[in-house]
Amino acid sequence: MIRMIVQRLLIGVFVMWGAASLIFLIVRAAPGDPATVLLGPDADRGRIDELRATLGLDRSLGAQYLSYLGDVSRLDFGESHRLGRPAMDAVLDRLPATIDLTLTATAIAVIVGLTLGLLAGGRPGGPLDRVVSACTIALQSFPTFWIGIMLVLVFALGLRLLPSSGVGTPQHLVLPAVTLSFPFIAIIARLTRTSIAETMREGYVRTARSKGLTERQVLVGHALRNSLIPVVTVVGVQVGALVGGAVIVENVFAWPGLGSLVVDAVANRDYAVVQGVTLLIAGIVVVLNLMADLLIAQLDPRIRTGAV
Amino acid sequence: MAGIAAVPEKVTTAPPRKRRRLLSRIPYLVVGFYLLVALLGPLLIDYDPVHTSLEDRLLPPGSETSTGGTAWFGTDGLGRDVLAQIVHGARTSVLIGVSTVAISCLVGVVLGAVAGYVRGGVDAVLARIFDILLAFPAILLAIVIAGAFERSVLLVVVALSATGWITFARVTRGVALSIRERPWVDAARVLGVPGRAILARHVLPFTAGPIVALATLEFALVVLAEAGLSFLGIGLPPSTVSWGQTIANGKEYLEPQWWISTLPGIALSLLIINVGILGDQLTARYRRGRTD
Repeated sequence: MIRMIVQRLLIGVFVMWGAASLIFLIVRAAPGDPATVLLGPDADRGRIDELRATLGLDRSLGAQYLSYLGDVSRLDFGESHRLGRPAMDAVLDRLPATIDLTLTATAIAVIVGLTLGLLAGGRPGGPLDRVVSACTIALQSFPTFWIGIMLVLVFALGLRLLPSSGVGTPQHLVLPAVTLSFPFIAIIARLTRTSIAETMREGYVRTARSKGLTERQVLVGHALRNSLIPVVTVVGVQVGALVGGAVIVENVFAWPGLGSLVVDAVANRDYAVVQGVTLLIAGIVVVLNLMADLLIAQLDPRIRTGAV
Repeated sequence: MAGIAAVPEKVTTAPPRKRRRLLSRIPYLVVGFYLLVALLGPLLIDYDPVHTSLEDRLLPPGSETSTGGTAWFGTDGLGRDVLAQIVHGARTSVLIGVSTVAISCLVGVVLGAVAGYVRGGVDAVLARIFDILLAFPAILLAIVIAGAFERSVLLVVVALSATGWITFARVTRGVALSIRERPWVDAARVLGVPGRAILARHVLPFTAGPIVALATLEFALVVLAEAGLSFLGIGLPPSTVSWGQTIANGKEYLEPQWWISTLPGIALSLLIINVGILGDQLTARYRRGRTD
């Protein structure tokens, strides 16, 4: 177990190094000199050169890369000149809103997805199974930003039940979180369905049935736990996609999280903030993948003891 | 991996065969219709994104325009026809979808096949590249790449391919790994056939089935991602018509001009749903054909 954790941690560090280097490359390859972008095209040569020297842009690419890596490892992404404050401060300010949104969406997706998957997988091929499978195809196919707008149209503008955008009350969270959860409900439901249908053919399920348990007891007591392993894996693996979805959903609902921050920063070539957000998200993805791995090892003793 | 995932497919019991066969044709028809619209539609319906007509602003679906035509799907805030935007947007989506899938497929299949067949160093390097790229949500990496450079259709294709090739490489690698142990590959090796020829003639043909199924599903994802990018106003030049852009434009007129955002979204969702069903069918067919 400890060996596994150490190994995963090393891979995680390597991945973070690669991610930081990749972002460095993209930002460096982008057209436009950061100093000129900051001062505007009308600034005089001397001031641009001066700023280039302050930003370290006059040094060799290798030297810039090394000092960049050093800064990143201290979580220092430099100053956002557009916001007039350290980029990391701006990023950390926005982090809680994104966490609220993604956690709520995950909770909705897991609860609804597991329920749908249980209903469908308990009787594969039945009418309920077909309804659920049609629903999941639709949920997976709708573009999230469009579904968000449609929900606003119906629940905010039409029925006037919920606010259409912004933050403040828990009601503000409902529409963005539901929108974000849709594709993940579909993924979890599909996976639970196949997993449950598989498990229902196992010997211990037959034993549970023949000792007189009701179908519900068999499903919840015996099939569910063993079907959870793929679900946990997928939730772990999908964290990246969830945050990616949040980037778009936040822009639909003017939700003040990392997603609206990064799109704003990209549009304004505020690379300090772009680097801060992308690397923070990459870090979160790496850590959560690691946690999912450990959780799976807890759920499945075979993996924990290395018996597979 | 394919072995584990293949089993549950058999669980589904089929509705009556005849009805099912008819139903299963529908996605082909719908996707074919979209391709036709994307290819021919722009030739039949003229659309100029720069031309605006103030008299025709925000006309509801079915209204008559100042030029005497009918705006079947209404007009947007600048008096531009929504149907024409949907038709021209279909071309943009299909063009970007097909090019991105083609590039991702080419890169992914070549790298995946080499890694799976040669193994060793190449394989290890590829696995680490996967790790790094998968740390970013695909759409986030696309946003950063597409936002950093000069807007163009090509840029969007590159930005979406940056992560699109990974799935192709993974699947191809898996197939190549299992095929390289087969007797005919050994036979070819013993006969002195060069590695490149073995790959091309004895390994790659077996990847065709899963790759076609994957390409279909990937096409749906790419079209969705492209719509997301253009909804955010990133990547495509403003002069290129796209569904995401039309949906974004309609957002400020949602009430009561619901049609501007709603109709392109329906067009987009219908395409994605049908491509998705098609992809699932192809995946299932390929799996059923396998003996293991």
